[in-house]
Amino acid sequence: MIMEIYNYYAYELNSLFKRGELCASEITKAFLDRIDTVDSKLNSFISVYKDHALASALRIDEKRSKAQPLSDLAAVPIGIKDNIAVKGMKMTCGSRMLENYISPYNASVIEKLNSADSVLIGKLNMDEFAMGSSSETSFFGAVRNPYDTNRVAGGSSGGCAAGVSACEVPVAIGSDTGGSIRLPASFCGAVGLKPTYSAVSRYGLTAFSSSLDQIGPVCRCVKDTALTYDYISGHDDRDSTSCSFKGTNCFADLRCGIKGTVVGVPYELFSGRIHPFVEEKFCSFLTAIEKLGAKITRIKLNTSPFALPAYYVISSAEASSNLSRFDGVRYGFRADDYTDINDMYIKTRTQGFGEEVKRRIMLGTFVLSSGYYDQYYIKAVNAARQIKSELKSIMEKIDVIALPTAPQTAFKIGQKLDDPVEMYQNDVYTVIANLTGLPAISFPCGKDENGLPIGAQLIAGAFNEQLLLDMAYTYETDVGGFAKPEL
Amino acid sequence: MHEYLTAIGLETHAELSTDTKIFCNCKNRFGESPNTNVCPVCMGLPGALPTVNRTAVEYAVVMGHALNCKINLVSRFDRKNYLYPDLPKSYQISQSYVPICVDGWVDFWYNGEVRRVRIERIHIEEDAGKLIHNENSEEITFVDLNRCGVPLIEIVTKPDIRSPGEAAAYLKTIRSILTYLDICDCKMQEGSLRSDVNVSLNLPGEPLGVRCEMKNINSFSAVTRAAEYEIDRQRQILDSGGKIHQQTRRWDDLKRCSFLMRTKENADDYRYFPEPDIPPVEISIQRSEELKKSFGELANVKLIRYITKYRLNEKDAQYICSDPELASFFDRCVQSARFSPLDYSRRIMSELAKYLNDTNKSFEDTKLDVKRFNELMEEMDKGSISNSAFKKAFIALAETDLDVKKIINDLGLLQLADENELERIAERVLKENPKSGDDYKRGKTNALGYLMGQCMKISNGKANPVRMKEILLSHLAKK
Repeated sequence: MIMEIYNYYAYELNSLFKRGELCASEITKAFLDRIDTVDSKLNSFISVYKDHALASALRIDEKRSKAQPLSDLAAVPIGIKDNIAVKGMKMTCGSRMLENYISPYNASVIEKLNSADSVLIGKLNMDEFAMGSSSETSFFGAVRNPYDTNRVAGGSSGGCAAGVSACEVPVAIGSDTGGSIRLPASFCGAVGLKPTYSAVSRYGLTAFSSSLDQIGPVCRCVKDTALTYDYISGHDDRDSTSCSFKGTNCFADLRCGIKGTVVGVPYELFSGRIHPFVEEKFCSFLTAIEKLGAKITRIKLNTSPFALPAYYVISSAEASSNLSRFDGVRYGFRADDYTDINDMYIKTRTQGFGEEVKRRIMLGTFVLSSGYYDQYYIKAVNAARQIKSELKSIMEKIDVIALPTAPQTAFKIGQKLDDPVEMYQNDVYTVIANLTGLPAISFPCGKDENGLPIGAQLIAGAFNEQLLLDMAYTYETDVGGFAKPEL
Repeated sequence: MHEYLTAIGLETHAELSTDTKIFCNCKNRFGESPNTNVCPVCMGLPGALPTVNRTAVEYAVVMGHALNCKINLVSRFDRKNYLYPDLPKSYQISQSYVPICVDGWVDFWYNGEVRRVRIERIHIEEDAGKLIHNENSEEITFVDLNRCGVPLIEIVTKPDIRSPGEAAAYLKTIRSILTYLDICDCKMQEGSLRSDVNVSLNLPGEPLGVRCEMKNINSFSAVTRAAEYEIDRQRQILDSGGKIHQQTRRWDDLKRCSFLMRTKENADDYRYFPEPDIPPVEISIQRSEELKKSFGELANVKLIRYITKYRLNEKDAQYICSDPELASFFDRCVQSARFSPLDYSRRIMSELAKYLNDTNKSFEDTKLDVKRFNELMEEMDKGSISNSAFKKAFIALAETDLDVKKIINDLGLLQLADENELERIAERVLKENPKSGDDYKRGKTNALGYLMGQCMKISNGKANPVRMKEILLSHLAKK
């Protein structure tokens, strides 16, 4: 039986392409066809740019025919979360506010992917302005989980995770502010990496919470994750918060073997408090890596109860400011009938934003208001500082922290929409990495009673993505690769 | 009716004349056609991020040193959130919590004394765009974003200014410093230097009153008028037993009155918080010190020195300070110590000022140097040239490199001091003008003037006037 092109991993596609066994156009067509076949069930994509993709594929094929140098990402189709600017493509951020907004410039990561000759396929669905944990708040409809289309894909990069999991693209570029890459990766059985804050330029990423946002890859295997990360990481003059190093070499340096790696597990955080199947599988995962040579040690995270509230205060505060530019004056949605400028602002923002976004804007505005700033915002910033310093001292004694990615597996669509606080609980294990800026990865570690994927999360010291990838790779190799959904 | 004390504080915005904008690489230029000098960053497009222009930071530090501020080697940017159509991000990147310069002062000469105004802070921020209202339609307003991201510093004083005139004097000092440091073009009609004026009144011995602020005033005279109007308005309220309420007012310089914009109760809450897109701004102590040494004595300091130390009158001191080259010449003259500072300033005012005015030149265009200037003054002092000869020689000094002796010789300016020759002239004049001689003896003293004039005429102006007069008088006494 011939393997369908869309089943290949990115690194395989690249070598098939380089060896001349597949051309970029064939690869691109195969994925576009796959999207045509399955996306109506999933709603992963907000926009697909067929002509653009085929044109780039042709250009890359031409490059190969002229024997010009080709990168390890050349000819790899990539989907981009719809909050990252691609010149000439729509960037809706999953919102009515930007329904018809076309970006006039490229994000830095897009420039990097373009110069690596990857093929940009289109823009992936997401929670509106990346605010959500289920990808249900998109103006363009919920993303559905490839393992069970009645269930959510997780959020906010749900389109990335569902699209990758369902082989619509081998690689997706998402963003993670409080778990938005890792949570959907865990719900959809994909690998998601949230790099160290500053490792990937944010230039061109529509800001949700500037001090927490980070761009990262979602893929079906660890190798692809490492490969993609290498192509998007490194210093960028246009992002003042960007790291100083030039780039990474994780793909080439990827190693199997975790002997002696010290893994800290904060059992109190999840023991008896999460879905029993998730706990069981996560503990089996710990046993598995122990067998592979890791040293498991119990740790305490005393500051962790502050993480979720601090996260929601800080991220909402920054969001309220970041999203205030969507005012109907220059671009994007504008309400039809208004009496004056203030009325225009109010109607535009009332109609243009969804409920969750408005909730966060109001929360953020409140915590920054005079009289409440010290009480909420400053307290949250101090809490984040304490969490950071606690983790720093813990990381001096151990190599990584292991946690379930989410307390549960994918839930039914609509199940939690009416209870925002319950929804926010999904981020309880992921926000820690954002508040501390540390890198974290999520990858599959089993399935629950309904066959839904469960994710394991590892958090390492700053800029130690290599360790996360090596560990995930070792485990992946040990279990013989991660499973795929039947669609 | 009470005698109130006035306390005025100024917040002055100066556009920095950097080559590029503060957070992007767009040119910092005035007068381009609308929305042509913009990019994703200054248009605030989603995803765009600011990067700080180091030159703008250094200009702010230089100004901080000029105003004797403490420089915060680590300062921070904050976001000031408010919705307005000319503000594309709906927040202005400014410095609220840790501004780059704090706690300074500036001295200037006003009304016959040295005035010191304390500087609370100088912070860096970005300018907003401009709204262009359509004359034909009230419903349409255009937005020009070219000015977005032009770097500004805001200089905030303590309420130390005591009168509208003093406010204008302060502002003129700030302008002269900005101009001298060459960090702002100070074109007030183009809005590159504009001020908010805060005014409050209080009774002597009582704490400062409630202040009202007038926004965006962009000329010296308007600052004076706005402050005068506000003092009057507040005085009337207080005299009639009313209370001043903190408010922001708009000064209309054409109508010569101000209008209420907003009161404290409905003031904007700007929700300042640290700008997460920009790490703290750092400047090394070495660089800060370098910048401190990068400029010479400021005109305001110089002026005070000339007046208080050298006893120059204000007008002369002003004139000399107004041109840094001239001031430097003057200082070098004083340093040479051949004559007193007052001698130098008198000569500068009587000869140089006139010469520059007549020829429409600036000091830089002249060939004056301290050495020859001193030599010429010495010739005058010795009595070897006359005052009118000095004037002639001075012009040659300004226009040529020739040495002083040669100038005096070539122009035949050497004063006649030969006693015999002077005697002969006196005799001749008295002989030719017997009537005047008689008049003088009869008590018509002004006849002496005429006779002196004749003497000078015969000597071609070269006669030493002091000796000439003495000799003439002795002859008149003889007869």
